[in-house]
Amino acid sequence: MLWLGVAYLAALGALFVTSLWAQNDFTGEIERVWTFDNFRQLWDFPVYRTIAFRTIGIAALVTAIDALLAFPIALYMAKVASPRVRRLMVIAVLMPLWASYLVKAYAWRGMFSEGGLIDWLGSPFGLHSPGYGLAATTITLAYLWLPYMILPIFAGLERVPDSLFEASGDLGAGSFTTIRRVVLPMAFPAVVAGSIFTFSLSLGDYIAVTIVGGAGQLIGTVVYANVGSANNLPFAAAFATVPVVVMLIYLAAVRRTGALENL
Amino acid sequence: MHAVEDLDVEIADGEFFSMLGPSGSGKTTVLRMLAGFERPTRGSILLGDHDATGLPPHRRDVNTVFQDYAIFPHMDVLTNVEYGLRVKRVDRRQRRRRAEEALAAVRLEGYGRRRPTQHSGGQRQRVALARALVNRPKVLLLDEPLGALDLKLRREMQLELKQIQRDVGITFVFVTHDQEEALSMSDRVAVFREGRVEQVATPVELYERPASSFVAGFVGTSNRIGGRAAQQLLGTAGEYAVRPERLRIVPAGASVAPGELTMPGKVREVVYLGPAAHAIVELNGGSTLTVSRPNTGGASEPPLEASDRLVAVALHRDSLIELSGGTEKTEEKP
Repeated sequence: MLWLGVAYLAALGALFVTSLWAQNDFTGEIERVWTFDNFRQLWDFPVYRTIAFRTIGIAALVTAIDALLAFPIALYMAKVASPRVRRLMVIAVLMPLWASYLVKAYAWRGMFSEGGLIDWLGSPFGLHSPGYGLAATTITLAYLWLPYMILPIFAGLERVPDSLFEASGDLGAGSFTTIRRVVLPMAFPAVVAGSIFTFSLSLGDYIAVTIVGGAGQLIGTVVYANVGSANNLPFAAAFATVPVVVMLIYLAAVRRTGALENL
Repeated sequence: MHAVEDLDVEIADGEFFSMLGPSGSGKTTVLRMLAGFERPTRGSILLGDHDATGLPPHRRDVNTVFQDYAIFPHMDVLTNVEYGLRVKRVDRRQRRRRAEEALAAVRLEGYGRRRPTQHSGGQRQRVALARALVNRPKVLLLDEPLGALDLKLRREMQLELKQIQRDVGITFVFVTHDQEEALSMSDRVAVFREGRVEQVATPVELYERPASSFVAGFVGTSNRIGGRAAQQLLGTAGEYAVRPERLRIVPAGASVAPGELTMPGKVREVVYLGPAAHAIVELNGGSTLTVSRPNTGGASEPPLEASDRLVAVALHRDSLIELSGGTEKTEEKP
């Protein structure tokens, strides 16, 4: 455990140090002089700002979609389904995690393609596939991370004694009121716990957007391009710091809700 | 196989009614049917003159105090107590006033802004009680509410619950497996066994005239004299029970009052209980009787001790309880 922590923190430290180095524009070699140029560049070029905010926006949207989808599923699994159905549903939720990430992303690529499954299903209603782009990216990411939202909410709700729900009904609340006044507040820490997964995973993703994102760029793709073809490691490191900082801010905010004790 | 079979009980308005039985005897199932959490497979539940059989819990004029109290952990005490009024859209001022009243009734004035997690078991129990009573239900259902409390607190709460019940005048239906609790609090008690009601009676009747050997054994301690032992000791056939405090130990061959029988035996063991001592006497026929002797502090009484000395157990014929239900053995059908 300790070594895991040390390795992780060292890698983060190295990332941050690298982000403060410069690159010789001519030779492309890294010059180990201290500078904030990379961060200044991030701020000064509107395109990077746009990409950063777009990434955060998509991560937030994915998190919101997953929370909306996961809550009723998790509630059904934890409190309504029979033990047999519950087991089957847990397996159904876990199963996609056993399949390769790439395969799933390519499956969505196929579905979003022109004349693909979505077009075919939507055509009777005059609907079309959104095509490759940010909408497709959002949907794909929401699909990929949904289990990470369902499982914490399921675990959180399962721990809530049935008597609390019965008490709410007994005191005169219908199911809808019970969900609003008892179930949701009690599930909230678990939703927050799940959102940490969906939000951070979406912030750092670059594969899904490469496969279904069309021309759309996110932080991940920019970092990937700078590590690879552009070979500007210090700039990639600087941009990669952005999601880390965003996550730290998010975790600090989340800590106040008490959700971290629920993990 | 049903959890409860053929139950027919009428509970009077304002009554403190207990359902007593060992775990798994169906008493909690009956309570849950009254609350609306379970549906009876047949039969009906009347609340006053209204048929409540098919009503969901939130449409019944009945409230429950749960065994684990089921206090909402994300609300403070006052919000918990107000909950029922809030979901029924009682206006804020009136809601607050009634909640304060309910808290006062359970002696928790000024605790409203505390978190339930800051409370002890006894206080949480009071919060649960206030939260139910604030709705002024026709019937309050209590599912072993004192089970989680330690003995001393339990005794206090027994008295207090009875007091509160008298003050508010609401019908209480109380589930417990503790016979002492049922006897000390209730107007009437239904004794459950394996999904059936063995007897419904006042505590006095239950103790003095148990209807079956199960009731005699479950409510209080009793000596059972039946079969051959009855022939031998009492000279009559049948099944009898006798309470330990109705037996006396006298010197062997001592003369006794008219109507009293004596049975010779030896004291095998003495259990000191504080207010009383129990002597286990082995009779000459081989069967044993438990004799209770109150600790009156009188020096005239000879000390109780296990010995091989022959003594006699005296008992008045009127103290014999004739059991109609037969023995446990004869009730077990193949």
